[in-house]
Amino acid sequence: MTDAPILSVDDVQVAFPVGGLMKRSAILGVAGVSFSVRPGETFALVGESGSGKTTLARAINGLQAISRGTITFDGDRIDNLNKAQMKAVRKRMSMMFQDPVGSLSPRMTVGDLVTEPFRIHGAEGRDLRAEAARLLTLVGLPADFATRYPHQLSGGQARRVGVARAIALDPALIIADEPTAGLDVSVQGEVLNLLNDLRERLGLAMVIITHNLHVVHHVADRTAVMYLGRFVEIGETEEMFANPHHPYTAALLSANPEPDPDKVHDRITLPAEVPSLLARPEGCEFHTRCPWGKEKCRVEAPPPGDVACHFPLEPGADPPITEPAL
Amino acid sequence: MSEAASNAPVPQSSEWMRSLKRLLREPLGVFGLALVLLVIFGAVFADFLTQWDPTRINPRVRFEGPSGEHLLGTDQLGRDLLARVLHGGRIALYVALVSTAISLAVGIVLGLIAGYGPRWLDNLMILVFDAMKSFPTVMLALALVTITGPSLTAVILVVILVNVPGYARIVRTQTIAIKTSEFVTAAQSAGASTARILRVHIMPNVIGPLVILASMDIPVVIAIEAGMSFLGLGVRPPTPSWGSILNDGFAQIRETPWIAIAGGIPIIVTTLGFTFLGETLRDVFDPRLKGR
Amino acid sequence: MSTLSISGLNVFFSTEDGPLHALKDVAFEVPERKIVGIVGESGCGKSTLINAILGLLADNGEVRSGQILFEGSHELTQLSKVEMQNLRGPRISTVFQDPMGALNPVLSVGQQMVNIQYRDDASKAQKAARAVEMLQLVRIPDAESALGRYPHQFSGGMKQRIAIAMALMMEPALLIADEPTTALDATLEVTTIELLKDLQKKIGCSVMFISHHLGVIAELCDDVVVMYAGEVVERGTVRDVFHAPGHPYTRRLLECDPARQTERTRILPTIPGEIPDLRARPQGCVFAARCLQQHLGCDQPQVEQNLGHDHAARCNLADEVSNQEVSA
Repeated sequence: MTDAPILSVDDVQVAFPVGGLMKRSAILGVAGVSFSVRPGETFALVGESGSGKTTLARAINGLQAISRGTITFDGDRIDNLNKAQMKAVRKRMSMMFQDPVGSLSPRMTVGDLVTEPFRIHGAEGRDLRAEAARLLTLVGLPADFATRYPHQLSGGQARRVGVARAIALDPALIIADEPTAGLDVSVQGEVLNLLNDLRERLGLAMVIITHNLHVVHHVADRTAVMYLGRFVEIGETEEMFANPHHPYTAALLSANPEPDPDKVHDRITLPAEVPSLLARPEGCEFHTRCPWGKEKCRVEAPPPGDVACHFPLEPGADPPITEPAL
Repeated sequence: MSEAASNAPVPQSSEWMRSLKRLLREPLGVFGLALVLLVIFGAVFADFLTQWDPTRINPRVRFEGPSGEHLLGTDQLGRDLLARVLHGGRIALYVALVSTAISLAVGIVLGLIAGYGPRWLDNLMILVFDAMKSFPTVMLALALVTITGPSLTAVILVVILVNVPGYARIVRTQTIAIKTSEFVTAAQSAGASTARILRVHIMPNVIGPLVILASMDIPVVIAIEAGMSFLGLGVRPPTPSWGSILNDGFAQIRETPWIAIAGGIPIIVTTLGFTFLGETLRDVFDPRLKGR
Repeated sequence: MSTLSISGLNVFFSTEDGPLHALKDVAFEVPERKIVGIVGESGCGKSTLINAILGLLADNGEVRSGQILFEGSHELTQLSKVEMQNLRGPRISTVFQDPMGALNPVLSVGQQMVNIQYRDDASKAQKAARAVEMLQLVRIPDAESALGRYPHQFSGGMKQRIAIAMALMMEPALLIADEPTTALDATLEVTTIELLKDLQKKIGCSVMFISHHLGVIAELCDDVVVMYAGEVVERGTVRDVFHAPGHPYTRRLLECDPARQTERTRILPTIPGEIPDLRARPQGCVFAARCLQQHLGCDQPQVEQNLGHDHAARCNLADEVSNQEVSA
């Protein structure tokens, strides 16, 4: 691991225009986030649906324009590139999408799918059939899968094909959007093990996006928790799991039902629903749902830092002040 | 139930063979296929099936009924009707194939542009398609023929103008639905060019249902050719066409009905055959299109 | 008396490559006022089971043998279409993963909730009052004004709660819930489970809760039925099954759950392999190809072994398996 980050995201904001002709305004899908990923590191973005994690990933990959901030990849700014310049970046940064089968072009064979990156970026002098066999073997699929079509694959197999496609050009960074979505528990582990293994062998950096904190636990070195387009907490994964400092992180961690009927849950229930991005709460944006919320939280936004909270939780914190009602 | 089936190992037999098998299990499809093959056979081997030249005029045998010599009889100029019907089949199939193929090609290109291109272009193209569609076929044919004169090319042009707006609209709708799907985003994210996305990722997914729908339009094309030739706007004499045979027989339908029958039966057989075949193909290949 | 009692159920689908044996000798009970979880991964036959109960099998599907006894008196496999329709809704209701399946986008929530009470003689005002009461039960804030709103005006979690309210409105004897929390975020998932538990107690119905999420089952259910490749491989109380699983598949499934691993590990447990082709079921145990505990008897048909009161596993080694510690 060198110290120079492969990816740096600095104060990035993504705005979506809303409203009609008369009353135009914008909502912030991503409202100013900063983080960096070093080579060989796995960084996780965690948050519930609508928290902006997928938008952020698309922004890094250049699929979504940003309205403020900078994105630096491998030492160069990439947020202001044109299509041709971005193509060169994409050779070194690949993205995996949520739906294992749906992200594979349905009329293409597995062999064509995994070698498509070569076709796009110039395959001169490569034996594509051999490359397909090599990539399939690398992700643990038999080489004769090359003749199959996506609908003939199970979710886990399709996901492996997606991984093979993502590593085809030896990228420096892989962005994986919900890599275990739609997979059975018995297969989920396989995919995470595979990603871990490849990261070690190929020295990749990875950004994993997920809503399942427990998936993150085993694979990510550092984790950021997103809420309404902002990071509420960012830090070392293990440290965060042991001592969540932001009430939202703590609630997410406690919300995980475990397969043990006798487990006593001292669960942090979050009252009310996630506020709309059109009407962001004043003060701390989490105060409408925070069981520990105080007067200060209502009026004053928390100071910038790794934990966006006026009153970060300490190990063995007091139970919530108010009994939350849904 | 699909969940159980999807996880099972997949047999390696090709999808085409399975669909063909399924087609052969449908009585209506087999019937349609037989009729279509009959027409194609007649057109291809016309020269072997009859020794008569379809354009040879023989005033001595005018209006002769069916006989051993002339199996379907002769027309007002003494031309052999069987030869004219068989060669007319060539014209009908030629028009059907050429015009459908061109319509498909043009429709796909225009549809992809409208569906994938900028919003304003889409709106403009839709406006043009709708304007074209609202034109009655007969008016269109008359207008075109006044410019080009009656000819086979005129027939083909009319068919293309009639078909293209519909095909382009189907392709456009499908393209719009597909262009936001994850596999297209994945291709964009891999750096694929717009041309590649259209050609490799979108086109193969819109072409299947469209070809099936187009095969169901073949009877319409054949009817347009026959209709225009009947009205004298299409194939020019002495070239045989089912429509012109029908027209020849129409004047003397009371006295010599066999001429009109000889021109009419092949039209019925061909349109029925293609309709049955097309509908069965649609059900076999893409059950979702049922009822379109 | 059990609300639902299934025995010897065999369901086949005719496919181009021959008959597909989707459910094989399925037998279990949903006792009165109990929540029974059905666990299994894709391809285990959960959806076929639901469709067989509701009489909604696809055209190429067929119940070849077996019984589905509802409230001790209705043999669901023998009922006519109309009789079945009369049961669905008022007596057996359903909640699915996507709440929009139950909600009509062009009708207001209130209209829909009044409409489903069409069998009642009550006045419209009474029906509306009942709807408000139901919405309050599922904790929709400001229930009265919610009646006038349309489904798209609610968040995903609220839509699912409204769907639950509608399903329970007629106080059915059996609620079939098919992965109702899968599409919800973690924090909403737990609140929805707790809500469902509360409502079930209040209404006194039985619930058949289908999920692949073991944690949710553990928290919500009384009994659990584990399915694999169309067979019930294990059933019993949640405590028995999760603490002393008798079938190797159950054991492996429990080990795979990432929530179970509290220690950080770089290598997660998995179950390599695929479910067998249901058109050519193996003679012996269905799980044998993926099982780590093979022995001589695995190529023989497996007999359900009793492991205690109402706890059984379809594995000849069940006794041995259930005595092992669950690792991780």
